[in-house]
Formats: sequence, structure tokens, C-alpha cells
Amino acid sequence: MNKKTLLVVLTLFVVSALLAACAPAAAPTPSSVTLTFYYPVAVPGPITQIIDGYITKFEQQNPSIKVNAVLSGGYPDTLTKIETTIKGGGTPPDVAVMLSTDLYSLVDSNAIQPLDDYVNAAGGSSYTSDFYPAFLANSNYQGHIWSLPFQRSTPVLYYNKDLFTAAGLDPSHGPANYQEMAADAQKLTKTDASGNTTTWGLEISSDGIPYWLFQSFVIGGGTNVVGSAPNQVTFDTPQVAQALQDFADLSAKDKVMPTGILQWANMPNDFVNGKAAMIWHSSGSLANILKQAKFNVGVSYTVGEKGYGAPTGGGNIYMLKGIPADHQAAAWKFIQFMTSADIQADWSINTGYIPGRKSSMDTQAMKDYIAKTPQAGVAPQGLQYAGAELAAHDNAQIQKALGDAVQAVLTGKSTPADALKAAQQQADQILSAFKN
Amino acid sequence: MRLRPRTPNAKKERRFRIGAAALPYLLISPTLLFVAVFTLFPTLRVFYDSLFLQNQAVQQPQFTGFGNYTALFQDPTFNQVIVNTVIYVLATVPLSIFLALILALLLNQKIRALGLYRLAFFYPTILPMVSAATIWLFMYTPGYGLVNVFIEFFHIPSQNWLGDPNLALLALIILGIWKQTGYFMIFYLAGLQGLPYDIFEAASLDGASAIQSTRYLTFPLLAGTTLFVTTIAVVNAFETVDQIYIMTGGGPNNATAMLLFNLWQTLFSFLDNGQASAISVILIIVLLIFTVTNFLYTERRDAYE
Repeated sequence: MNKKTLLVVLTLFVVSALLAACAPAAAPTPSSVTLTFYYPVAVPGPITQIIDGYITKFEQQNPSIKVNAVLSGGYPDTLTKIETTIKGGGTPPDVAVMLSTDLYSLVDSNAIQPLDDYVNAAGGSSYTSDFYPAFLANSNYQGHIWSLPFQRSTPVLYYNKDLFTAAGLDPSHGPANYQEMAADAQKLTKTDASGNTTTWGLEISSDGIPYWLFQSFVIGGGTNVVGSAPNQVTFDTPQVAQALQDFADLSAKDKVMPTGILQWANMPNDFVNGKAAMIWHSSGSLANILKQAKFNVGVSYTVGEKGYGAPTGGGNIYMLKGIPADHQAAAWKFIQFMTSADIQADWSINTGYIPGRKSSMDTQAMKDYIAKTPQAGVAPQGLQYAGAELAAHDNAQIQKALGDAVQAVLTGKSTPADALKAAQQQADQILSAFKN
Repeated sequence: MRLRPRTPNAKKERRFRIGAAALPYLLISPTLLFVAVFTLFPTLRVFYDSLFLQNQAVQQPQFTGFGNYTALFQDPTFNQVIVNTVIYVLATVPLSIFLALILALLLNQKIRALGLYRLAFFYPTILPMVSAATIWLFMYTPGYGLVNVFIEFFHIPSQNWLGDPNLALLALIILGIWKQTGYFMIFYLAGLQGLPYDIFEAASLDGASAIQSTRYLTFPLLAGTTLFVTTIAVVNAFETVDQIYIMTGGGPNNATAMLLFNLWQTLFSFLDNGQASAISVILIIVLLIFTVTNFLYTERRDAYE
């Protein structure tokens, strides 16, 4: 082959490859709509498989709609991807699962659209009343409803019933308030001959998002750190300081908890290995803990000085702004399907998330599941004690300000009053840029 | 030949000369294009962006001059980030270079199972940092982690390495040194094997001891390697981010937050483009000053030699 032929052959090859790349794969039927759905993963398990199952079911019910489900990493990755796409002028996905507390950030960056018209058409308040009010708390802003609960959770208290019995405690229920919890932990803490602790009474993690479990102390103390508007927070109050003192006392004064910052990921291991008799962790860890524990596991509510209390957590389902009109109607159908009683019940059984709606608890699948694993019924019951999770404008910075204060006190670097005052000042400065 | 009249060919020759002069530029143009698009343009763009306020409160960029920089230096967290970064650089750079040199000297001898030792010390380099950080996260676990089991053997009580603000940065420094020492060792080994044998032979004939020839011959002759390794080590130290993300998230209470991590957090978590650009500019300037100083110093040394 001479040079010229080679050149011709190569050119032909490149051109045909380019043509092949440009050719449309398969022309979609004119009436069909293809939705893009982003969802992050925050719990272990075959999540993609479960979601794909829902999508197949949805597509069977709605033959004109195709859903392209994209596993979008963790929550922060999903938010970053969407914010970057919008800033760069690209087309965002049609539907996405993001943290319920991302609401103000998403509204501020003009990324999402309200669902009012669709919700009203579906029955308005009679439609929304089936969702747990604690979960809907992060959906309303400026008189609009912006999202529906999809994968929600709260922290719960897991306790080792066998160790409770051995320590002479009643294993039928967990502690009712902070004082009881500290006293129980005292009885449960065991040391060996040389003075090393072999079993800790209690472990509460404080890395990653320390403000979240700390909110249990605050809400259980009868107050909250969330302000009356998204440009306000109430960190610097005597009640919040007391809650933080209580958290720190568990290791510094009572010595029923290891010192320093404890890691979220280590808590379930320590619990199932009997190294900790009680832990606070997400309700979403239940399936994993029950699978691994070789003792009787009790589930109860997290507590503060005045009794039970916990923040909510987890992700809601949002519709993105700037998508075509035919996509919007299809997206709403998909949102309705994903938040329906059956899907929410199934999602709960498979992951440990709390169903977003009350009627999920009445489905046969859920009833059978709770009959088999009564512990799964605890977290939904506890929603009556739940308060709003910390959410404000510039949320990541606000949550970090409170988290830093919590860590400073837990590591003995600051007093609750000083740390919370500094956090409040920092938050006030950030929030002063927002009008409401 | 030289007497041949030049006129008929002059035009052709001149054209050839222009072509010859253009050729080098033509050859480096792909590289130049790459540098311009992926280094020069982003650098200028990030400097431009750093002069604008653009964050969650201000969605449309607003000119603020050096406002982002003033805000940064007034922020106690950022000041702590600078202090942490400086401590990390000062601790990891000299220590890992020193250890790498010692290891290279030891492994440059004829000993049994030499390849095994070299592999063992080089091994951490092969691991991706994310995997290494995950392994060390487990090793630092309070109570039953390997590091705690080891120190308890010496009757030191178990420590919450990553959960104690006084130990967390040290824990990251230890990981950093462990991870990169083997890499620097390879450069020193290569340097050692390239040293002229005759000089050492002459020294030993003159009665120099092993220590003397190491001190007065090996070290000075390896100065070039040291400069190269130092540059890599300093850049590495400033670019520490994976292990912070995996192991501490910058905590407890910002005790392990360093420059690149802080940059990542400001941009991707706080969505603050203006301030993140300002941090990038600071990072670029610091690394530029270091690299240029290093470069000028090397040039001067070469001129002397």
C-alpha cells in the first residue's frame, strides 16, 4: 500500500467514525418524554437495583414516559453537579433527590420550581395532610411548597437489651430523658482490673455533621436552634448552652463516653461488638445493626433534659427549574409515584428510611414487616417528638458554624457559652446578607 | 563551491531560513496551546474572579476589589488553615526527605533480600491516597486500631488520634511521611547509583572513612536530587486534600483543615466562587514564589559549578 492509498483509507475511516458518532441512536416516538432523575446514595444496600425496579414499574404504568435514573454520588456531589450545571448555562435534570435542608440554597440559586399548582390539582391540603408534618417542615418557604419527602430519617437510640438486663436495668424501654440516660450509662460502663474501659455506657458521634445529633439534645431540652425565618438562627441561648454542656459532660464529667470526637462510621461497629451499650445513630442504620448484632437490640428515642427529642434528616424530591412544559407534567407524575404510599413503604422496608407518609404504615407490606421486626416501628412513632433540622440560607456554612462550636466544647477547647456566642456571631454575619 | 554566485538561490534560502526559525515554534505550539488553555487562562480567570463577590447571597458577580482577600484574612478559620498548612509543610518536607535519604543509603548496599526491602519501602507510593487514608483511618480507630494496640504495648494509653485536636494533625503528618518517603527514596537511590565511582575510590585510597565520604562526597553530590525532591515534597504538602476528606473532614474544630481542603470546601460546599478564587490565587502565589526561588537558586548553583 502506498502512502496515498493509506491516506485515503485513513480519511475514510475517520469520516465514517465521525458520521457514526453523529447519527441518532434510535428515534424516540414523538409523544414520549424522557426524564432525567438524579439520586444520591447515603445508606448501604443494593440501592440502584431497588430504584431501577421502581422505574420499571413507573414506565409500565406510564408508557409515554421514560426515566433515565442517574446515581449522582452523595448529597453534596448531587448539589454541586446541579448548581454547576445551572451556573454554566446547561440543562439540569428534571427531578432530583436533595437534602430537605438544601431548600434555601436551591431557591437562592433559582434552581427549583414550586409544586403548588400540581399539589393543588392533586387535592391541596387533603393531599399534603398524609405526609408527616415534621417532614414537610422543610418543604414550605415564601408561601410555596417546593418538595415532597422521599428518603427521610431521624436519629434514634439503639440499646443492647442483654447488657441492660445484666446491669439490672429494665430492657423493655430506653431512657426517658437525659438524666435517666446518664444514670443508665453509668451502670452500663464497665472497666477491667487495670482501669481500662471495656464497655462504654454510651457513644454519640460528633464528626462529619456534629450539629445533627446535637440537635437531639436541644430539641429534647424543649427548644431548637432553628430561627423563625431562614435568615435567623438561635445558637446563643442558655438552653442551647445547657444542651451542649450536657453533651460534653457525658465524657468529661460522667466518663460514660470516650473523650474527643467520635466517628459516625465506628458507632454501629462498637455497638454490635458490645463495646458500647447505647449509641445514637440514624434510623436508617437499623437493618444493618439488626443483621450484625448477636444480642437483643432495643430501639428508643434520643433524649434531652426534658424528654424525647430529635431532628429530622434525609432527602426530599425536587423539580428543577427551566425544564420544558411537557417534562414538568411528566416529572410531577414521577414525583407522585415515588412518594406514593406503596413505594414509600417498600423503600422504607429495603433501606430503613422512614416513609414520608402516614398511609404507608397501613400498607400490608409495612404491617407484615413491623410484625416481623417491631424495632422498625419505633422511628415513625418518634416523629411526634421530632423538630426541624437546622436549615438556613448559606446552609453549609451555618451548619459548620454550629458544628465547630460543638466540636470545640467536646474537645475541651471552649466553654458552651463562648463557643455558641462565636457561632452565633459568625452565623449572624453570614445571614445579614439575606433579607428574609 | 563558495565562489558559486548566490543570487539565484538567495530567495529560496531566505525562505528556508524563515522556515527554520519558525520550526521550533511550530513544534512547541501544541504544548504552548495546552499550557495557555489549561494553565494560563484558568490562572488569569481565577484572579479576575477573585475580585468579584459571588456566593449564595450574591448570585450575580459584583465587583469588590480585594474584598474577598480582606474577608479571608479576617476569618479566624482561614488563619488557622494557614497555620495548619505551614506546620504540615515544615513537618513533612524535611522529615520525609531525611528519612528517604537514610533509607536510600541503607538500601544502596549489597544486602540480602534487597529487592524485598526496596519494595516494602516503595509500596506506600503505589497505593492511591484514598485507599491509604481509608486503611489509616482504621488503624487510628480508638481502642482496637493497630496504632493504639502498638502504643499500648509500650504502656501508653489508647488515644483518639483523629478525634483529639492536639493529635489529629500529627496523625495526618505521620500518614503523609509514611506515604511519600518511599517515593523520594527512589530518587535518592537513582541519584546514588549515578554517582561517579572513581571519586569514592580516590577518597578511600586517601583514607576517608565511610562517614566522611558520605558527609563530604555523597551529600554534596546529591544536592541536585535534594532540590528536585524538595520541590515535589513542598508541592505535595500544599496539595494535601484526599486524606483530610476521608479521615477528618478538616476537624476536630478545623484542627486539620489545610489550604486545598479549605478551597474545596469553600467552592463545592459553601458555593462561594469569589472567596474560593481568592484562596486559589493565594495558593498559586505561594507555590510560584517557592518554585521561582528554587529555580533561580538552581540556576545560580549551576553557574558556579
